Amino acid sequence: MTDSTENTEITSLATPSGDTAVEVTGTGTRAAIISDATTRHAAVPVQTRNARFTSTEVADFPAVTGREGNWKLTPVDRIRELLDGALDGTAYPVVAEPSPGVDVRWVDRTDARIGLGGIPEDRASANAWSGFGAALAITLSGEEHTELTVARSEFGSAPRAAHTIVEAKPFSDSLVVLDNSGPALLVENVEILVGDGAKLTLVTVQDFDGDARYLANHFARVGRDATFKHVVVSLGGSVVRVNPSATLAEPGADGELLGVYFADAGQHLEQQVFLFHQAANTRGRVNYKGALQGQGARSVWIGDVLIGPDASATDSYEQNRNLVLTDGTRADSIPNLEIETGDILGAGHASATGRFDDEQLFYLQSRGIPEAEARRLVVRGFLLDVIQRIGSADLEARLGAAIEAELAGGPR
Amino acid sequence: MSTLTISDLQVSVETDQGSKPILRGVDLTINEGEIHAIMGPNGSGKSTLAYAIAGHPKYTVDGGSITLDGEDVLAMSVDERARAGLFLAMQYPVEIPGVTNSNFLRTAKTAIDGEAPAIRGWIKDVRSSMERLRMDSSFAERNVNEGFSGGEKKRNEILQLELLKPRFAVLDETDSGLDVDALKIVSEGVNRAKETTGLGIMLITHYTRILRYIQPDFVHVFVAGRIAEQGGRELADRLEEEGYDRFLPSGVA
Repeated sequence: MTDSTENTEITSLATPSGDTAVEVTGTGTRAAIISDATTRHAAVPVQTRNARFTSTEVADFPAVTGREGNWKLTPVDRIRELLDGALDGTAYPVVAEPSPGVDVRWVDRTDARIGLGGIPEDRASANAWSGFGAALAITLSGEEHTELTVARSEFGSAPRAAHTIVEAKPFSDSLVVLDNSGPALLVENVEILVGDGAKLTLVTVQDFDGDARYLANHFARVGRDATFKHVVVSLGGSVVRVNPSATLAEPGADGELLGVYFADAGQHLEQQVFLFHQAANTRGRVNYKGALQGQGARSVWIGDVLIGPDASATDSYEQNRNLVLTDGTRADSIPNLEIETGDILGAGHASATGRFDDEQLFYLQSRGIPEAEARRLVVRGFLLDVIQRIGSADLEARLGAAIEAELAGGPR
Repeated sequence: MSTLTISDLQVSVETDQGSKPILRGVDLTINEGEIHAIMGPNGSGKSTLAYAIAGHPKYTVDGGSITLDGEDVLAMSVDERARAGLFLAMQYPVEIPGVTNSNFLRTAKTAIDGEAPAIRGWIKDVRSSMERLRMDSSFAERNVNEGFSGGEKKRNEILQLELLKPRFAVLDETDSGLDVDALKIVSEGVNRAKETTGLGIMLITHYTRILRYIQPDFVHVFVAGRIAEQGGRELADRLEEEGYDRFLPSGVA
């Protein structure tokens, strides 16, 4: 049983003409959270977020019907090969500039680190785990700040499994970009081990070909006094579902889970985020922002935050914002906050989905900027706001250009 | 010489309760180099006049005209008005997340001039304007108005006024919420812009305080959506003594 549970579900369907905006905020006082905690269902067994069934064996999971809680918002018929079929688990081409303090190599299934980050919670993830042969291991040990881009553009269009380990050794300081593009029919598990006192920013960019389908589960374990930033940037692909989970496992761990997505016509971009405050004195921030444009553009964001019974003096906040640019789009936004101790500094959540802010548009236009350009500036700014928090000018410029390209595509 | 002419302007605002008439026939002519103070009690329609000139979509023009050197301003879009030489310093400048001030200023300058400013001269212009407005150089790389205090937002408006060099500027309660130091800095900025470019200014204010620092050539008192009285500086002095009471229904009665 949990001490208190707050569970708010907001699903909004908004169009520019509909003018729908949903805003939910919670504040961090215990009284406020407990007074909100009215959703104990006697008939439904209480299940905290970290009590889900896990297994590395695909056969341990029943066939996916599309009605399961963690699949019901996903177009499962478009990813059947990844749920049920055999997967190619061999190595694929990877481009990474060698640099001091960085080691990138292929390892086999016996590598001692495999399984330390986390264990699959769903069938696709387990299918990848069962099916991978070689794992890509990125080991970071430099105490001087290093930046590494791992370009992966040749996954091919046959069904494939991948396994990736990102290990930040204690006191290392690095920024790693998994730069994914090209064709893909891929399901991947990424295990991220952030050692004590380490600083790691991991950015995963999904800029796949238009018909690509990609499922990923990221499992991060963040050590004592370590700082972890995780950034999901999803732009290209037919179905892209990246589910990051991070466990703030030791006191003083700091986790920021950030995301930016831009869904075009017919595109499904999804992220199910889980932040687990396991240890005391941990700080967590979740901030995802998305824009949607064109018929059938769809985004899903589920943000689960669990503050465990030992996580006293925790400071946590999660939010999701969606900007709907045209008719025919749908954004689902579901923040869940579960708190098992009352002794916290703060915990809150917010979600808003709405159309363009006309006052921002007016302000820019009143300075002579034509409407189309003003719109571009506002949308770009809305999304880049998250990217700015990474603190890498190169990456900011690159993603800015990618977002510009999305916008230039215009409503289809 | 440039002239901004407002004739018999009638404007209503869209509210949740429907359309509500605010301006009931405003006549006003501003020539280049003139400073006109528009004064009036709350709710008299001063800000509506400002927004109607700038073309805010919430305001509907029901009658009358606004022309700039004979050109029909009302037929222009918001950005066309700015490119034609009109500028509105807003009472509540909007925050724009993710857009840096320097990017915004350069984009606006490029739009107004029709070509990108030469990089070196531009950076120097921005820097020296910011220095004169006592704005820390970090404001260039901060997002537009985001996390700015009230006074910082107003300085940022005047920074734009100095850099974009409009022919006519409407200052909508630029003085509200400023302490006396900030008021002096902002007023100096306005006076400087006028000296350099000779622009015409419509200075909308509730208080006479700013008129100690910016000398108006004309003062217009706005009541219930039209100009109730006009005069020179002395009218402002009289308002300072008497307030708006004599213009209000209770004062009349």
